[in-house]
Amino acid sequence: MWARNLLFIGVAVLGLSVLSANLLSSSRIVEPPSAAAIIESDHFQQTVAAVDQEFREHLRVLETESAPPADYATIARRLSLALTGTIPSFEELRALKEMPEQQRTQWWVSRLLNDRRSADYLAERFARSYVGTQNGPFIVYRRRRFVTWLGNQLQENRRYDELVRELISDTGLWTDSPAVNFLTVTLDENGDGRPDPIRLAARTSRAFLGMRIDCLQCHDDKLGNVWLGDEDAQRDGEQADFHRLAAFYSEAQSSLLGLKDDDSDYKYQYLNAEEEEVVPPQVPFNGGLLETLPLDEETATRRELLARWVTHPNNKPFARATVNRVWALMFGRPLVEPVDDIPLHGDYPPGLETLADAFVKADYDLKWLIRVIASTEVFQRDSRANFEVTDKHELRWAVFPLTRLRPEQVAGSMIQAASLKTIDSQSHIIVQLTRFGQQNEFIQRYGDMGEDEFDDRGGTVTQRLLLMNGQLTRERTTDNPFMNAAARIATLAPTDEKAVETAYLAVLSRRPSSDELGHFVGHIQGKKGAERQRCLEDLYWVLLNSTEFSWNH
Amino acid sequence: MNRKSHDHDVIAHGFAGCGTADHWNRRTLLKAAGVAGAAWLTPLAERLTLADEQAGGKTRPRSVIMLWLQGGPSQLESFDPHPGSKYGGETQAIQTSLPGLQIGSTLAQTAELMHEVALVRSVTSKEGDHERATYNAKTGFRPDPTLIHPSIGAVLCHQLQDRVEIPRHVSILPNEWSGRGGYLGDQFDAFRIGDPVGNIPDVKPFVAQDRFDRRVNSLMNVVESEFARGRLKKIDEGKTLHRTSIQSAIRMMSSEQLKAFDVTNEAKDVRDQFGDTAFGRGCLAAIRLVEVGVRCVEVTLSGWDSHINNHELQTGALATLDPAFAALIRELKRRDLFDQTIVICGGEFGRTPTINPAGGRDHWPHGFSVALAGGNLRRGVVVGETSPDPKLDKENPLQDVAEPHNIEDIHATVLHALGIDFERELETPIGRPMAISKGKAIPHLLA
Repeated sequence: MWARNLLFIGVAVLGLSVLSANLLSSSRIVEPPSAAAIIESDHFQQTVAAVDQEFREHLRVLETESAPPADYATIARRLSLALTGTIPSFEELRALKEMPEQQRTQWWVSRLLNDRRSADYLAERFARSYVGTQNGPFIVYRRRRFVTWLGNQLQENRRYDELVRELISDTGLWTDSPAVNFLTVTLDENGDGRPDPIRLAARTSRAFLGMRIDCLQCHDDKLGNVWLGDEDAQRDGEQADFHRLAAFYSEAQSSLLGLKDDDSDYKYQYLNAEEEEVVPPQVPFNGGLLETLPLDEETATRRELLARWVTHPNNKPFARATVNRVWALMFGRPLVEPVDDIPLHGDYPPGLETLADAFVKADYDLKWLIRVIASTEVFQRDSRANFEVTDKHELRWAVFPLTRLRPEQVAGSMIQAASLKTIDSQSHIIVQLTRFGQQNEFIQRYGDMGEDEFDDRGGTVTQRLLLMNGQLTRERTTDNPFMNAAARIATLAPTDEKAVETAYLAVLSRRPSSDELGHFVGHIQGKKGAERQRCLEDLYWVLLNSTEFSWNH
Repeated sequence: MNRKSHDHDVIAHGFAGCGTADHWNRRTLLKAAGVAGAAWLTPLAERLTLADEQAGGKTRPRSVIMLWLQGGPSQLESFDPHPGSKYGGETQAIQTSLPGLQIGSTLAQTAELMHEVALVRSVTSKEGDHERATYNAKTGFRPDPTLIHPSIGAVLCHQLQDRVEIPRHVSILPNEWSGRGGYLGDQFDAFRIGDPVGNIPDVKPFVAQDRFDRRVNSLMNVVESEFARGRLKKIDEGKTLHRTSIQSAIRMMSSEQLKAFDVTNEAKDVRDQFGDTAFGRGCLAAIRLVEVGVRCVEVTLSGWDSHINNHELQTGALATLDPAFAALIRELKRRDLFDQTIVICGGEFGRTPTINPAGGRDHWPHGFSVALAGGNLRRGVVVGETSPDPKLDKENPLQDVAEPHNIEDIHATVLHALGIDFERELETPIGRPMAISKGKAIPHLLA
C-alpha cells in the first residue's frame, strides 16, 4: 500500500511540473541522426521502386483499384504502433507537422529507429517466435534476460544473420550468454538435462526458415502440405526430414556450467519401425550449401553447421522468413499467411522475393528492411477509399488492412493518449513505472494472444467491458489533472474547437471531421469549469472506446 | 416489460447536459439488433434450436459444468483407491451408494451419490506436462503448434445458439489456461471471473447512467459512423465485431441475469452445503448460471500437484471437493436441472503409483479417473480401473489399465450426449478441415 501511495505522490508532483509546462512546447523532441545516405543509395531506391512496381502490376492484372496515400499522421501512427507498441504523442505529432511535408515519414522512421523503445518492443515481438511466451523451466531459463539481450542487439543493429547464428549455436550460462535461452527454454525439468531436439527443430524451421514441418514429427506428409527437397528435385516431406533436422541439436547438453556440446547422437524410433535408430543430422533442402560452409567439419559442432547453413546467403527461406515477419510486424498481417508457413518453391506474393534478395544484399540489416517497407506505396496507402472496399481489396493490399491491436498496444496507447507529452525511455521513472504496472494488469484481462500474433480476430465482450468500465479507463479519463490530459485540455485549450481537436490528435492521431467537430463542440459550448472538464472526459471516453482506437488502420 | 413500448428513435437528439440523451440501453439495443439481424438469433432459429433440443419427447442436456481439478488429482486418493496394496499409500476406502464400488474415504458425501455418477477410472493420455496436458484435457486434442483447438465450452457455444444476455461460456477461479475459443474465434473464449461473491468486475459504468448513455450514443452515432465511412461494407460483422461486442457488453450490463454470478442471493442453508470455500461458491454459481441458460461453466480447484506430501495435499483438496461436488449433484436435482446438465469432474492427469522419497506422487497420464454425471448419461456405472498390482512397465503402461480410454473419448461421449455430431469437420481459419473431436463415445456411459 505504501508503494502505491508513494507512486501517487510521485505522479502528482510530476503532473504538476508537466502542468506548469507550456502545453504547446515541443522542446524534448530530439533530432534523430540523418538517414539521407541510406535513403539516397541506389540499392534502397531501387528496392522500393521494384516493390512498388510489383504491387502495381499485381493490381493491374487483377483489375483492382487501390486506395490513395494516407495522411502523414496515420502513417506515423502505424509506425509507432509497429515499432514501439504505442501511438505518437500529441507533442510528437506537433513536431512532425513542423517538418517539410516530403520528409515527414522518413524523419519519423529515423526517430523511432533511434528510440530505445523500438528495440525493446521489437525484441519482445521477435522473442515470441524464438521462445514463446511461457515462463519455461525455472532457473535454467531467463526470459527477461533473453529479451533484454535481444533488445541490445537490435538497438546496435547487429547483422540479423549473425544474431541468429548466435541463437542456434551459442554456449555458456543462461545468464552470461543470454542467447542460449533459445535452447534452455526446451529443457524438461524432470528430464536428462538436454534441450529437446524435437521442439528446437520445430522452432528452427518456423522462426528462421518460415516453414511449418511439425507434422512430419510423427509421420510422412501424405496430404501434400510439406514440399521439401531442392528446386530441381522437389518431393513430399518425410518423417526423417524432421528428425534429421532435430539431430543437429543432439549434442547440446546443459549442466551447472551452462550449455555446451558433447558428441551425443540423436536416436528415434520412426513410425512402424521395429526399434530406435541413430538419426544422422541432415538438412531438408539446399543440402549442397553444407559443403560450402566456412567451417572445419571436423571441429565444428553440429549446431554451428546448422547455424551457418540456415543463414547462408543462398538459403533463401531464411531471408523470406525474416521479410515476412518484419512485414507482419509493420502491417499487422504477413505477406504469406500464416507468418511461418512460406512455401519452399513458390508461388510468392508480390514484394517477397525482391525484399528477401535485397535484405541479403543489404547485409541482413533489419533497420534498413524496416525503412524500405515503410517507404513503399503499399505501406503508405490509406485504409479507406472512395470506391467500395471489399475483402479482396484488403487481401491484395489495395487498401491498408485493418488489424486488431495487441493488448499491450491498446494499453500503451491508452496511457500515451492520456498524456500530451511523450512517454518514452527518457520519461520520468514514475511515469514508466505506472505505465508498466498498468499495462501488465490490463494485458492480463484484455487477453494476450501469446504466439498467435497475427491471427485475424474480432473483439470480445470482456475487452469492451474493460475499455468501457475498467480501472485504466477510469483513471485515465476521470477528474485527475495529474494523470489525464482531458482535464488539462479543458483548462488550457484556448477555444472549444481547439479542445476537441487536441483530444482527437492525442487519442486518434488525427483531426476530427466537420461532423465530429460540430457534434462535440456542441457539447462543450458555453460550459465552464467542472462541467467543461466533464465534457472533455466524455470525449476522451468515446474516443478510447472506438474501433479506430483499438485497431490498426 | 413490453419491449415495444420503448420504440423510440435510436438516433434522436436532445439537449440536456453534454449533448444528447438517448437511451443506449438493452431495449434499444435489442430493437436495433432486430433490424440489423447481425449475430442475433431470429425467433424462428431459436424455436428450431429449442425443438431440436427437445427432440423425441426427451429433453436433451444443454449445459456442461466442469469441475476442473488443476494440477493432477491422484486417482489413488480419490476414485480408484487400492488400500493395503503396495502402492495404496495411507488412503482408506469406503463403501458407496453403488453396490460393489468403493472410493477414497475423504469423499464421504460424494460416496452417498455414486449411484448418480458415471465413473471412468481408466482415462489415459500421452501428456505429462501441466500445460500440455491441460490443453489436451480441455480440448480433446494434443497441442499442435499450427493451431489452437477450442475447448469443450467453446464448441458448445459455437454449435448451439441461444438468446442469453450474459456470456454463455464462463470460467470461475481460472488460472491462465481457462477454456479458449481457439480457431473458432476469441468470442468463444470463457468469460473469466473470481470468487462469485458480489458484483463481477467492469459491469457497472463509472459515471451516472444517463451520462453513460450519452457517451455510447456519441460513440455509436458519430465516431463509429465516421470510421466506417469508405471502409469495408460489413466492417463490424465481417471483421471487427466491435459494435457487436459493445452491444453484447451493454446488454449484459443491464441484464437481470447478472445476478446469477452472485451467490450471496442464495439462502444460507443452500450455500452452506457447498462448503465455505471459493470453489464451493463457484459450484453454486455454476448452477445459477446454467439455470439462466449459460452453456458451459468451468470451476477450477487447484492444489493437486503433490510432488511432496501427497497424502496430506490430496486429502486437503478432496475435502474442498467433496461437499461441493455432492451439493452440486443434489442441488441440480432439486432444481430439476440434473437431466439437462452434464457434470465433468477431473484434472489433466493422475499421479504415479510409486510414492517418491519426499512422500509425493509425480505426474501420471497412464490411467486416471474422471467422474461424469447428469444429462442423459447412464447413472451408477463404472468403466475400467487401474491395477492394484501394476507392473509399471515403461514400454507398456496400459497393461496396468483395464478398459483404457483416451481423454478425447470423454469429449466424444459428452458431445454425443449433447446431440453434437462430433465427427463433423469444421474449417479452421486457414481452411484446414478439423473434426470437432477425434475420440470415440464410450458406449457404457450412454443411456
